[in-house]
Amino acid sequence: MELTLFVIFGAVAVASAFMVIVSRNPVVSALFLILTFFCLAGLYVLLNAQFIAALQIIVYAGAIMVLFVFVVMLLRTGKEARRGYRLIFQKSIGIIFVVLFLLLLGSITLMVSVTGMRGPYTAEAVRHIGNTQAFASVLFTDYLYPFEIISVLLLAGIIGAVVLAKRKR
Amino acid sequence: MSPFWIDLIIMLIKVIVVMGALLGGVVVMVVVERRGAGFIQGRLGPNRVGPWGWLQPIADGIKLFLKEEFIPAQAYKPLYLAAPAFFMFIAFVTFAVIPFGDKVELFGRTIQLQIADVNIGILYIFAFASLGVYGIVIAGWSSNNKFSLMGGLRSAAQMISYEVALGLSIIGVLMVGQSLRLNDIIGMQTQYWSYLPRWNIFIQPLGFLIFLIAAIAEVNRIPFDLCEAEQELVVGYQVEYGSMKFAMYYLGEYTNLITFSALIVVLFFGGWHIPWIEGLNIHPLLLALLQVVAFVVKVFAFLWFFVWVRWTFPRFRYDQLMRFGWLVLLPLAIFNIFVTGVVMVLIP
Repeated sequence: MELTLFVIFGAVAVASAFMVIVSRNPVVSALFLILTFFCLAGLYVLLNAQFIAALQIIVYAGAIMVLFVFVVMLLRTGKEARRGYRLIFQKSIGIIFVVLFLLLLGSITLMVSVTGMRGPYTAEAVRHIGNTQAFASVLFTDYLYPFEIISVLLLAGIIGAVVLAKRKR
Repeated sequence: MSPFWIDLIIMLIKVIVVMGALLGGVVVMVVVERRGAGFIQGRLGPNRVGPWGWLQPIADGIKLFLKEEFIPAQAYKPLYLAAPAFFMFIAFVTFAVIPFGDKVELFGRTIQLQIADVNIGILYIFAFASLGVYGIVIAGWSSNNKFSLMGGLRSAAQMISYEVALGLSIIGVLMVGQSLRLNDIIGMQTQYWSYLPRWNIFIQPLGFLIFLIAAIAEVNRIPFDLCEAEQELVVGYQVEYGSMKFAMYYLGEYTNLITFSALIVVLFFGGWHIPWIEGLNIHPLLLALLQVVAFVVKVFAFLWFFVWVRWTFPRFRYDQLMRFGWLVLLPLAIFNIFVTGVVMVLIP
């Protein structure tokens, strides 16, 4: 059951991620990206991380991608999509990087154990403390410092957006 | 039969019953909305089809079925067709975690009167409610119509603005209830202070007010129906939709309305809890039935409230909507969290 679901979610995630790049229409690309996020949330649920899965959908699929679609919808999609613009040696450079990426991926999967180390939060432990509680207790103790730094980073981003929007032309 | 199959059958029965109840609720709401509008505006409303006009939704349904299936020539066809289906699907899926009754002992089995008891129930609802906006935005874009596009854009901006206030308004409830599971939140509310039931409305009145306003914005009803706005945008994102595709939006909208009413009842009004009934010695099965009835009555009280609001208020202007969301609701919601935190520290 779990394996079947994993294969389904994984396959759809990879396929829709591929479609994000391939499809000509930017709105369609954005929608496939949402589907990818949704499948990733499904994978999180399979990993017993329901809280992260819900946040993945609420924040990425439900908020950030709405803004993406909002902006993309305002573009004149007809002409831009058909014209496209090409760099010199685009294909050959692309092929070189794909080969390098595949080599890197292959060497990592061969050399390092994929399953990784087992932490203190096994599925049973998480079920016992509660999903959200386990997440919060780690976030607000061990990772408090990075968490606060990220919030400062976000604040800087907000200020930057306000400054850009308020600038007189 | 093995336990797996029995569980599966029970689950299927629950899904079918809830789907039926939701569709039935939509049918009732169509009549209540139209006759209610008549009542509020001092006219009769549709009263010709059946007694008191109760068969009006069936007449409406038959009419919509028989209308011509029309697809605009300039529309982006796959998304144009998928949008209404997606909207309705999301509306129905969202209801899955709402508990409509307590546990019932039946034939030696404990049955939870809820389709899925998810430990992050409230976040599940927010996740799917936030996806519902794509049904509107994509309809607006794929119809290839200026009015549609404006409706879709407005809807996207409005959803993002009010979802923030909506999400923050319930943080107080979560702080008091210490859980994201809807059953735990109701469980908290079945307790008493001497004789007063410990419903969250008494603990979080400000949170309730913010949630109520943001919920009206979330289900796109007057005074927040900027994405439809008949007078400016005809009906916004729905302009190019007819026949059953239009009916799907209709169904989805009323289902969303029912879901949010149910959510208000669960979060602030004790869900299926009937106050002071524990003292009376009632047969458990009868009690469970009464609780389901109590839940439905509470939900319909809020559905009527939404109808009342719709036919009472004028529509906001777009800038007023944004100003109100970001400069009034959002700071109030943060203030509510702050006060809740201070009170919880001072009074353990």
